[in-house]
Amino acid sequence: MSSSALLETRDLSCNRNDRLLFEHLDFGLEPGQMLVVEGPNGCGKTSLLRILTGLRLADGGEILWRGEPIDRLAGDYYEQVTYVGHHDGVKHELSCLENLRLARAMGMPSTAGLDDILEQVNLYAYGETEVGSLSAGQKRRLALARLLATDAMLWILDEPFTSLDKASMSMFASLFEKHLQRQGLIVMTSHHDISLPTLSVQHLQLGRQS
Amino acid sequence: MFLWFHKLGSPPHFYRIAGKWIPWLSWIFLMLLLAGLYGGLIEAPPDYQQGESYRIIFVHVPAAWMSLFIYVVMAFCGAVIIVWRMKLAEVVLISSAPIGASFTFLALVTGSLWGKPMWGTYWVWDARLTSELILLFLYLGIIGLHNAIEDKRVASRAVAILALVGVVNIPIIHYSVEWWHSLHQGATVTKFDKPSIHWSMLIPLLLMALAFQVYYVLALFQKCRVELLQRERNSKWVEEL
Amino acid sequence: MSRRLSLTQAFVFLLRRDLLLALRNRAEYAMPLLFFVLVITLFPLALGALPELLARIAPGIIWVAALLAAMLSLDSIFRSDFDDGSLEQILLSAHPVAVLVLAKVSAHWLVTGLPLLLVAPLLAEMLGMPAAAQPTLLLTILIGTPILSLIGAIGVALTVGLRKGGIILSLLVLPLYVPVLIFAASATENAAMGFEVSAQIYMLLAFLFLSISLSPWATAAALRMSVS
Repeated sequence: MSSSALLETRDLSCNRNDRLLFEHLDFGLEPGQMLVVEGPNGCGKTSLLRILTGLRLADGGEILWRGEPIDRLAGDYYEQVTYVGHHDGVKHELSCLENLRLARAMGMPSTAGLDDILEQVNLYAYGETEVGSLSAGQKRRLALARLLATDAMLWILDEPFTSLDKASMSMFASLFEKHLQRQGLIVMTSHHDISLPTLSVQHLQLGRQS
Repeated sequence: MFLWFHKLGSPPHFYRIAGKWIPWLSWIFLMLLLAGLYGGLIEAPPDYQQGESYRIIFVHVPAAWMSLFIYVVMAFCGAVIIVWRMKLAEVVLISSAPIGASFTFLALVTGSLWGKPMWGTYWVWDARLTSELILLFLYLGIIGLHNAIEDKRVASRAVAILALVGVVNIPIIHYSVEWWHSLHQGATVTKFDKPSIHWSMLIPLLLMALAFQVYYVLALFQKCRVELLQRERNSKWVEEL
Repeated sequence: MSRRLSLTQAFVFLLRRDLLLALRNRAEYAMPLLFFVLVITLFPLALGALPELLARIAPGIIWVAALLAAMLSLDSIFRSDFDDGSLEQILLSAHPVAVLVLAKVSAHWLVTGLPLLLVAPLLAEMLGMPAAAQPTLLLTILIGTPILSLIGAIGVALTVGLRKGGIILSLLVLPLYVPVLIFAASATENAAMGFEVSAQIYMLLAFLFLSISLSPWATAAALRMSVS
């Protein structure tokens, strides 16, 4: 593991209801690299991602960001992270714009205009629409728009392509590509076969018999 | 310091030590209990006001002390859980809860039994009894919350927070109930509040308190061993047993 | 140069967002208020409408009803945020979670605690509470209900992940409400009899400051536990 890794895990382990999901997990991620976590259902992919965000406590080991444990960094880590999980994390009673403004207020706002962001994720016409009336795919796009509304280095994405159509998938895939080119980091899980033609993709296989 | 703490708190270590201590503790408890009961029920003279019925304080007062003491132990474990995430503290906290609740219940029952000869009724809204009742609810809340959460490690963190919140509140609740009582029933004398206590009563009282204390540790060790086995049933050291 | 919002801005932003959400869910937030009035209506029906009796027990009734209404409204502090994943986003915010929690609790108090102030004089009148006691009643509601929201937030945060959190929530929260009930009801009762009430008011204020400074931390810790 090189010392230039921004995000590192050391001897990470995780149990769920007495069952060991994984242990002795070590990896490092350098700027511009992407980690795809793979494995069958229930092997701990989501748990790993949530541990990386600090939402879930690991049962052992630690996570370092720039060499410092993330629980000590707290807010300084979180302004570098944007997480899109299973839940979209958008409020149905608010409009798309209101949701994005909230996302900005909670994190590190990017310089991009909100209208441009909505344009990019194909929701420009729905800026003032209440999210509750959008389709599942549109909600997902709005959730992913958080990645653009904030200026985080590390994107942690749990099945980002759920309910997206082909066109949107490739659109986001190219966004990921751009983020990596800007020296960003991505950790994601996906069942969808996306082609990311970058060199710097690591694969992590969880749940193998060992 | 941390390493030492860690070793003491390691489940197999604790399991072995506790197992060795249990027979000894049982004997100590039995002797203290017999001595305390003998001193309290036979040696101590009857009270000049309350006759024989005061003798229930030899159970009531130590039980009430224990009910508070155990809650404080639980809150301390709560702090250890939150700061160090120590497994043993989780086990001690949750094993203490039913024991503490039992002592609280015992204090309530003995208190109301005393009420019958003293006031002719089983329940008076005495300040201490009322505080004790609220304490019982706090215990039941901890037990209920722990049971409601499936993942036991998560549940332990939940009850740790709750125990800490509770321990901050207990003095406030206690004070407010005292205030309430003095406001509404200023005339009655709090029943266990005696200006002085004769040594012939004090010694059995202290013996009983000590007996209860030992009983707590004894019961705690037994419960912890069971809880540990259950939680660690997949680990290597349990399989080796 | 950080573009991150200042803490105050983030606080105000989240407060406004919650108020906006409450405005769009008006019906849901009216329920606790309705419940408050309804419970109080039950007492004369159960005990008989003797004016002296009602006037005597009015402070107690109003405060018990306020406790129950607060209990009933608690779930809405974190429930919807928990269900749709917004809570995760709040916990992952760059700002200290305790401050954001305080914003949410403040918003909750503004939409559930404050309205009690508006209907309380009406109910006090209906129960025949002496006019002299009414300012004290309002003062205790003003100081007491934020405490209920703050303490209640800890309870909800602990139980929001449970399928049947409701019953256990009342078991956790009601015993902790006892001091508020005692001091607030006793202040109002004393005022009705023309006695001094400053001691109780100071106790309530002390309790309020204690809960403002401690409860958000406990709530934040409990929320972290609940999402994991």
